Amino acid sequence: MSATSPTAPGMPSESVDRSGFKATPDAGLRRRRKIANKVALSLSLIAMSFGLFWLMWILLTVLQYGVGGLSLTLFTQMTPPPGTAGGLANAIAGSVIMVGLATLIGTPIGLLSGIYLAEYGKHTWLGSATRFINDILLSAPSIVIGLFVYAIYVAQVGSFSGMAGVIALALIVIPVVVRTTENMLQLIPNTLREAAFALGAPRWKVISKVTVRASSAGIITGVLLAVARISGETAPLLFTALSNQFWSLSLNDPMANLPVTIFKFAMSPFKDWQELAWAGVFLITLGVLLLNILARAVFKHKVSG
Amino acid sequence: MMQNDAAVLESQMSFRSFNFYYGKFHALKNINLEIYKRKVTAFIGPSGCGKSTLLRTMNRMYDLYPEQRADGELTLGGQNILDPGVDVNDLRARVGMVFQKPTPFPMSIYENIAFGVRLHENLSQSQMDERVEWALNKAALWGEVKGILKQSGNSLSGGQQQRLCIARGIAVKPEVLLLDEPTSALDPISTSRIEELVSELKNEFTIAIVTHNMQQAARVSDYTAYMYLGDLVEFGVTDQVFIKPQKKETEDYITGRFG
Repeated sequence: MSATSPTAPGMPSESVDRSGFKATPDAGLRRRRKIANKVALSLSLIAMSFGLFWLMWILLTVLQYGVGGLSLTLFTQMTPPPGTAGGLANAIAGSVIMVGLATLIGTPIGLLSGIYLAEYGKHTWLGSATRFINDILLSAPSIVIGLFVYAIYVAQVGSFSGMAGVIALALIVIPVVVRTTENMLQLIPNTLREAAFALGAPRWKVISKVTVRASSAGIITGVLLAVARISGETAPLLFTALSNQFWSLSLNDPMANLPVTIFKFAMSPFKDWQELAWAGVFLITLGVLLLNILARAVFKHKVSG
Repeated sequence: MMQNDAAVLESQMSFRSFNFYYGKFHALKNINLEIYKRKVTAFIGPSGCGKSTLLRTMNRMYDLYPEQRADGELTLGGQNILDPGVDVNDLRARVGMVFQKPTPFPMSIYENIAFGVRLHENLSQSQMDERVEWALNKAALWGEVKGILKQSGNSLSGGQQQRLCIARGIAVKPEVLLLDEPTSALDPISTSRIEELVSELKNEFTIAIVTHNMQQAARVSDYTAYMYLGDLVEFGVTDQVFIKPQKKETEDYITGRFG
């Protein structure tokens, strides 16, 4: 972009316009800007390709080692003892159950807390304290959460259990949902809130019918990202759900799950276990990828619609 | 002529020794003012003069913000609406408001209108259909949207969205309609449609409008209030305020020497 205006006929080409400013910026300045622009562009392109390079390498490796293990028996057979054929059926089922229940428990709590922070307790002492603690929880290493649930639940009950795993995963879901809900609600212009209040709507109606609806795409995206995050968590399950070699849907017993199975099988010296571990890694990666795509699609659809 | 029918003028809202504060800042100073029934009252003045603030006191919008407060007296039909016992939601059903930027809710055109009505009345489906049609007709929007009532309110153009917001406001059947710079985000054609609408609506509603556009105030209003730095400088019949203002400051502002 330049500030030049078409030169009127009969006027000297290096003209000065009516406002008294030079019509054309000097050539040196323009060249320097172009160079600066190119440098900035190259730097960001280099940074982007550096990131993409590792990401692609990870995805290709997972695909290369994992795709071979994909078969129907993966979904129908239990985790085998070393040297026998088998699948990951119990681990897949356990993961789906625990991730699903943790999301069901964590989402409403996170959603309501996020609504409190954005709509009610914005400037209150309780709101600031909650926000601060939530930020700590959000960045807490997941192994800390695993140990915490071990201490307050597993050690008291006396056995590892699926329920303990659900609690640990839900504790990871909550801060993520709180954060996204609060941020998405903050994006809603205050004029929309005022417009609803101006019709004589009580606060809970303004929130439930207008602001939460207006930010629903962002909130759903946040929940899906939380699901993606907990489906790969290993540390909190090691101390809680542990693992189970057999098919068990009881929440009071140790429960098989993909991350811990992968951890156990990948560390083992057995070839067939390692292959199953890669297949499990591939499944989780694929699942997280699909969730991310779904999150984007929901967001895009809602925003444009 | 307007002076002659002063006998039938009825006051709808009146400010008596009214003051307003943003925290420690004294934003409106000792305002005494009448808003007449079924008339259009325009508020003009330079930015920051308090005209929007004044409008937002009339439906107690400031209640949302704890640091804002008012004292003095502001009556609606004789009742002081500043009384703590007044239910703000009932008040806002009687005093509707339309904002500077169109603010359709994230729902269908139909639901945008039904939302406010449902808060205050229990209507059957057919009564609600009638009310929605009535409100959209009043806002001169029915013809354009009658086939697309299920579509999102966001799919309309800016001017249509603003008329939707007006329809939403009048669907509740308020006594007073507050318009806070309702056309400043709209193109000239949409603006003139809204102005025509204001002239139509004053047959049924009392209207208070804040505007930066002096021609607009002159065109649509019966009464004009000129405000400056939180003071009500001049208030009177619009023709008089524009043609023969009593105060030097008003004249300077209207003729463009200031502001």
